[in-house]
Amino acid sequence: MDKKRIKKVLLNGCEASAEGAIAAGCRFYAGYPITPQNRFPEYMSIRMPQVGGVFIQAESEVSAINMVFGASACGIRAMTSSSSPGISLKQEGISYLAGCELPGVIVNMNRGGPGLGDVTPSQSDYFQATRGGGHGDYRTIVLAPWSVQEMYDLTYLSFDLSDKYRNPVLILADGIIGLTYEPVKLKKRKKKLPTKKWALTGCRGRKPNSIKSLFLTPGVLETHNWKLARKYERIEKGETRYETYFCDNMNFLVVSFGTCARIVKEAVELARKEKIKVGLFRPITLWPFPYEELSRYIEKVEKVFVVELNLGQMLDDVKIATKGKKRIFFYGRPGGGIPTPLEILKEIKKR
Amino acid sequence: MKILFKKPKSLKENVTIYCPGCGHGIIHRIIAEVIDELGIRERTIATAPVGCAVLSYDYFNFDVTETAHGRGPAVATGIKRMLPDKIVFTYQGDGDLAAIGTAEIIHAAARGENITVIFVNNAVYGMTKGQMAPTTLLGQKTTTTCEGRTPQLHGYPIRVCELLSSIEGVSYLERVAIDSVPGIQKTKRAIKQSFIYQIEKKGFSLIEILSPCPSNWKMKPSDSMKWIREEMVKTFPLDVYKDKFKEQKKQ
Repeated sequence: MDKKRIKKVLLNGCEASAEGAIAAGCRFYAGYPITPQNRFPEYMSIRMPQVGGVFIQAESEVSAINMVFGASACGIRAMTSSSSPGISLKQEGISYLAGCELPGVIVNMNRGGPGLGDVTPSQSDYFQATRGGGHGDYRTIVLAPWSVQEMYDLTYLSFDLSDKYRNPVLILADGIIGLTYEPVKLKKRKKKLPTKKWALTGCRGRKPNSIKSLFLTPGVLETHNWKLARKYERIEKGETRYETYFCDNMNFLVVSFGTCARIVKEAVELARKEKIKVGLFRPITLWPFPYEELSRYIEKVEKVFVVELNLGQMLDDVKIATKGKKRIFFYGRPGGGIPTPLEILKEIKKR
Repeated sequence: MKILFKKPKSLKENVTIYCPGCGHGIIHRIIAEVIDELGIRERTIATAPVGCAVLSYDYFNFDVTETAHGRGPAVATGIKRMLPDKIVFTYQGDGDLAAIGTAEIIHAAARGENITVIFVNNAVYGMTKGQMAPTTLLGQKTTTTCEGRTPQLHGYPIRVCELLSSIEGVSYLERVAIDSVPGIQKTKRAIKQSFIYQIEKKGFSLIEILSPCPSNWKMKPSDSMKWIREEMVKTFPLDVYKDKFKEQKKQ
């Protein structure tokens, strides 16, 4: 018997994301301490020098995202991480990345808000993540992992997406994923990274490059923004990701993402044991949101149930996908409370 | 025919948007001449500020990126750390550097980033048409200090060179003025020195340049030069505020 050994490493979500980034060729990290993602800068401060990269503890979140801007402008795969209040501060830089069409990966270990909120897991930054967050007419690709393995895989993927579309990618996780340890299967380190002719590397043998988001000549900004719009359209067509569980033979569909979806999945398993015909739809890309795919599943059921760790934010997108045709129920925990599978099962039975 | 004077290669042919009598054109040319003389055009990367010089990528003939307001030193940090053999400078005004970007400049200095900062101090927000800057002089009239800047209402001007001189990570600080031909020559020498230090990997340097803004000062260009000489230098004395390698230079 020749059993192939699959090598797995025990990592928490911060470490897994950092390792995913390193495997994807990220060589620049700038960050600032904030709970619950402190392990991220700590871990990167050790790992970046080991792989020939650069780690900087910035003086602020604002500065960290702008350092990422600088490294990215040179064509380097670069990232930062933070948690909700810090992500608010990074929005300026994210808007500039989007306007200048620079890649860059931002990880948000979502904590409770508004204001300082608390340090417990939350999904209250859904609107901020999926609706832009900063100023201007732009979109950010948003990936929502539900496990430490997916934290690794999606971070790895995010750098390819970010380079492919020259657009910032945000990973919306939370404190549970950030701090939970799970075995992670690692990927091979990327050896060949895309060449970037637009990058600032010194103009030896070519015309100077410039990176900008200011277009004062009348009409030029409009042309630029229409170009961005076409890019967003391509992303919407090609990059939606989702998973479904128990979606055959169902009359009731639960929609949930991230950590919350993982708890819901257990509730759905319990419900199935009790012969309740319920399924789970989990968007993995929150933008682009899988409207069409979700609509197809919603066609099959009588009722739709949205569960989130907030006051009902993804709910808006589910409403768009439902097109007013089905009854939608919502259950949320907006202040650091984590529902148990039994609690959600009870809510499923109520509807 | 022998050409005695021409445009530096580091400047593009474009016409600038700057007002008559503005200092940016002079400073751009000085930087371009220095970069030509040091032969570093093809490995220079600059950051443009938010302010009148935001379009400097249209004038400088090398790689330039825009930055968000005040974030030049952070962006330059990202660039220089990833490409340590390139020559990186930020070009910043007083609002950009000494108000909204105060944290970025102080911490880039504290880290001793091996970059050059060209700090243009014209005591006013130029692009937004003349509001009070962090470097506006006491008594100076601006569109937000119509009766003149007072300490009671508006606080005191910030002296950037003096402020940064206490930071260990800083290698070279000098304040110069482009109010006259000798002033322009001194400015060129200072800028050249700062680039030489960067090439020699000697760390952070900042050249503060007192520069005229006749449009917003509501003066004739010639009077604005005189105002630098007679008024501005009282608050902002011209001097070398720090030079870690001065002794080494003498030897």
